[in-house]
Amino acid sequence: MTVDGPRGAALAEQGRLPAERVALVDLLDRLLAGGVVVSGDLVLSIADIDLVRISLRVLIMSVRENLGEA
Amino acid sequence: MTDTGTYLYAVTEETPSPGLEGLHGVADTEVRTIPCEGLVAYVSTVPLDQFGAEPLRRSMEDLDWLSETAGAHHHVVEEVADRAPVAPVRLVTVYRGDEQVKDLLRARHDDFVDVLSSVAGRREWGVKAYVDLSAPGPAQTAPSLGGPGTAYLKRRQAGLRSREEAWRQAASEAERLHETLSSIAVASHRHRAQDPELSGRKEAMLLNGAYLVERSRDDEFLKTVDDLRDRGVEIELTGPWAPYSFTDLEVRGDG
Repeated sequence: MTVDGPRGAALAEQGRLPAERVALVDLLDRLLAGGVVVSGDLVLSIADIDLVRISLRVLIMSVRENLGEA
Repeated sequence: MTDTGTYLYAVTEETPSPGLEGLHGVADTEVRTIPCEGLVAYVSTVPLDQFGAEPLRRSMEDLDWLSETAGAHHHVVEEVADRAPVAPVRLVTVYRGDEQVKDLLRARHDDFVDVLSSVAGRREWGVKAYVDLSAPGPAQTAPSLGGPGTAYLKRRQAGLRSREEAWRQAASEAERLHETLSSIAVASHRHRAQDPELSGRKEAMLLNGAYLVERSRDDEFLKTVDDLRDRGVEIELTGPWAPYSFTDLEVRGDG
């Protein structure tokens, strides 16, 4: 784990994870429900895929698998 | 020859961004820039046998692929955000070519400028609040007037009431937390609460908030989060993030 400078130290002190260890689920909250959304002819028909639903299902499945192995 | 598309990560205003040479994005492709009318798009050329609609439909169900792609997208956005106000673009936004990206920058030029000025000098923090309802409430010693059966029912009712009460208190504490943090933030957004299976925690999530905070008020914001810990809800802080939750160009008038 690398801690860089005073901000990193402050973050570490408060028990926060460094950016490299961002939880996938928090990242997907933002990458799939936030950000600039472009719809229409310009994009290659990604818009019709329900990304959030698919990805969350995958996550849930993987968590279940992990629990099963444990 | 493989068909290719142009994968869009983020948009900034035209500012020199040295140090981004050699930056790699999704599928280990090299990141480059497309300048157009004062805006800059950060893109890379991706093979459509991976990033076409059909392959994506399958890949998005592959956790390893999703995790790697989200991580790579995030990495590019973070690198860009370190240097200039940024409007991140939603995961797997792929154009037929650079010309279509330029069309976007031209068509939505003013919207991008507005969004970029609204996030300049500000960062996003994530605050999640949980409550543990499996923990036993305060011990209820109901007088056993009508035999063990009645006593059991009374205890059970009392248990349900205290559980309900605990939930109500925690929920209103989470509301208060959200209001307090929103009053410091420039803007706030509530994401859907994460399923316990996704959060990896047994506690129920009451708040999955995102707060856009002026850098000069970061300390105040973080101190407030710390001050509000241990009041019946457990608080988890993430960030700072690039302003993912505040650059949704499709949503208008969402204060």
